[in-house]
Amino acid sequence: MSYEKDQPHLLPLGDGAWTVEFGDRIDPAVHGRVMGFFESLQAARGSSPALAGIIDIVPTFRSLTVHYDPLRGSGAALGEALRQLAGQARGSVVQGRHWSLPACFDDDFAPDLAAVAERHGLSRAAALELLCASEFRVYMIGFMPGFPYMGGLPAQLQTPRLASPRQKVPARSIAVAGEMCAVYPWESPGGWNLLGRTPVSLFVAGEAQPSLLASGDIVRWQPVDRAAYDAIAADLHSGRRRRLDFLQAGVPS
Amino acid sequence: MSAFVEVLDGGLGNSIQDAGRPGYRHMGIASSGFLDPLFARCANALVGNPGGAACLEIRGIGPRLRVGQGPLRLALTGNLTASIVRQGGSPQELVAWSTATLDSGDCLTVGPVNGGTAYLALSGGIAVASELGSRSTYLRAAIGGLHGRLPAAGDCLPCARLGQREYREYQAEPWTHDSGPLHVMLGPQATHFSEAALAELLGQPYTVTPESDRMGMRLSGPRLAHRSAAAADIVSDAVTPGAIQVPGNGQPIILLADCQTVGGYPKIATVISADLPRLGQCRPGEELRFAAVDLEKSAEILAAREARWQAWVNGIRPYLPAGYLDEAALYQGNLISGMVRADR
Repeated sequence: MSYEKDQPHLLPLGDGAWTVEFGDRIDPAVHGRVMGFFESLQAARGSSPALAGIIDIVPTFRSLTVHYDPLRGSGAALGEALRQLAGQARGSVVQGRHWSLPACFDDDFAPDLAAVAERHGLSRAAALELLCASEFRVYMIGFMPGFPYMGGLPAQLQTPRLASPRQKVPARSIAVAGEMCAVYPWESPGGWNLLGRTPVSLFVAGEAQPSLLASGDIVRWQPVDRAAYDAIAADLHSGRRRRLDFLQAGVPS
Repeated sequence: MSAFVEVLDGGLGNSIQDAGRPGYRHMGIASSGFLDPLFARCANALVGNPGGAACLEIRGIGPRLRVGQGPLRLALTGNLTASIVRQGGSPQELVAWSTATLDSGDCLTVGPVNGGTAYLALSGGIAVASELGSRSTYLRAAIGGLHGRLPAAGDCLPCARLGQREYREYQAEPWTHDSGPLHVMLGPQATHFSEAALAELLGQPYTVTPESDRMGMRLSGPRLAHRSAAAADIVSDAVTPGAIQVPGNGQPIILLADCQTVGGYPKIATVISADLPRLGQCRPGEELRFAAVDLEKSAEILAAREARWQAWVNGIRPYLPAGYLDEAALYQGNLISGMVRADR
């Protein structure tokens, strides 16, 4: 499909959701338009009767899906409102939140680090330097609650999935596959390459915002040693520190 | 006033569900909720609950329960029966689509379900703690239900106690879902498929396979060919219950209540809201057919379905279970001379 004159596509996902598609590729510019549309939609939500039936808005890499209740308003009127708003949408103007999340790269937390480094002819230290110098953009949350798909992985670290997925990936493992970086919020099966672990939980059901990250957020990894990792984990557990403490100071949030 | 039911045996494949957990898909949290919202609404209506009150959803072997504190009223909907053993009494059968009132110590053995999805509603709804706005069990994130898990022996299901013990019970005709093809809206990725694939989907039957759970239902049938090998994958986008995704093997998967929030397979079509409850009653081996409708038609079908449901609710009638004195009949028979109508 082509996206002539940059006009987004309005596609029905049944009679309970509309998908507005801005492109078919993973591309920061496309995602910027998705987030720009997301912001204008959030702003219009309170005032436009056509938007009253909206239940949820899900930004993804290249599109935005609006879930609605077909018993609470006209799907056609909502579609028309979305078409108009999307046509006017420009790139995001609001910066996502910037996070500096601690990461420990001890061998037992990073079982695939050596193989990933070796594949690209890098030393272990050089691979970590690249990883920690990168700025990751959260494209979307999905696959499981709180799981962030993040772009921005340098080409020298891009690595295919494991040929044989692990039965159990420990919770909070930092992982890479293809051009993506992610963190497993839960212990689960998984085929991505594990490069480290963060002590910060990606999903806490009891908090007002259960998912730590949201589409549009920027993440940097802050290397810490095992003692610091353990101390942070203990502080988070006891409530002496909160997850929001890892928002980067001095950056608008 | 509160009542509660003790779980003696959780059975198999049963979970606490309500109308679902809307508004969290952007955080990767499934909608969850009733697989068949209509059967659940019927069970709730029979005991006088709001339609979205939490019920026990039964998909396999039913639970064994004992009333810890009664009296309470319960109702069963679906393709199953239950057996009630009252204190010091002999077993009685509770047929689906009717209610029973149980006192402290009475026991109930439910099921098994003879295919599909069944519901047990308790007066007031199952009052476990709500998490992220819903009591629905979502196992993947261990939220809702009983601390994120399925009911097991020793669990307590709190509900509401009946204010007044009455001998009347309620029953209704079994709800029958619409028959005929399942209505779908084509897309969002119908253009990823060949014309022949669209013709197959709308012309041929697809069989429900045993590979089904609360996340999705795999079908088998004529291969739905993608327009090209490249068209078999998309950059992941959002999905929803009812979406029919087709991986490279051309065999469709219909997503259900616990489905993930995003997916990388193209979606040829999406089952409309009005027909989602029908998916909860599909059994392995059953043949499904699909018919395409537009948004306008889907709204008509939904409105007609809602009207039919309201008529069903209006058809709920009281009855006196066997073994109880029919006081109304006695009064109407005017056996008590001069005391029945004071105005005459």
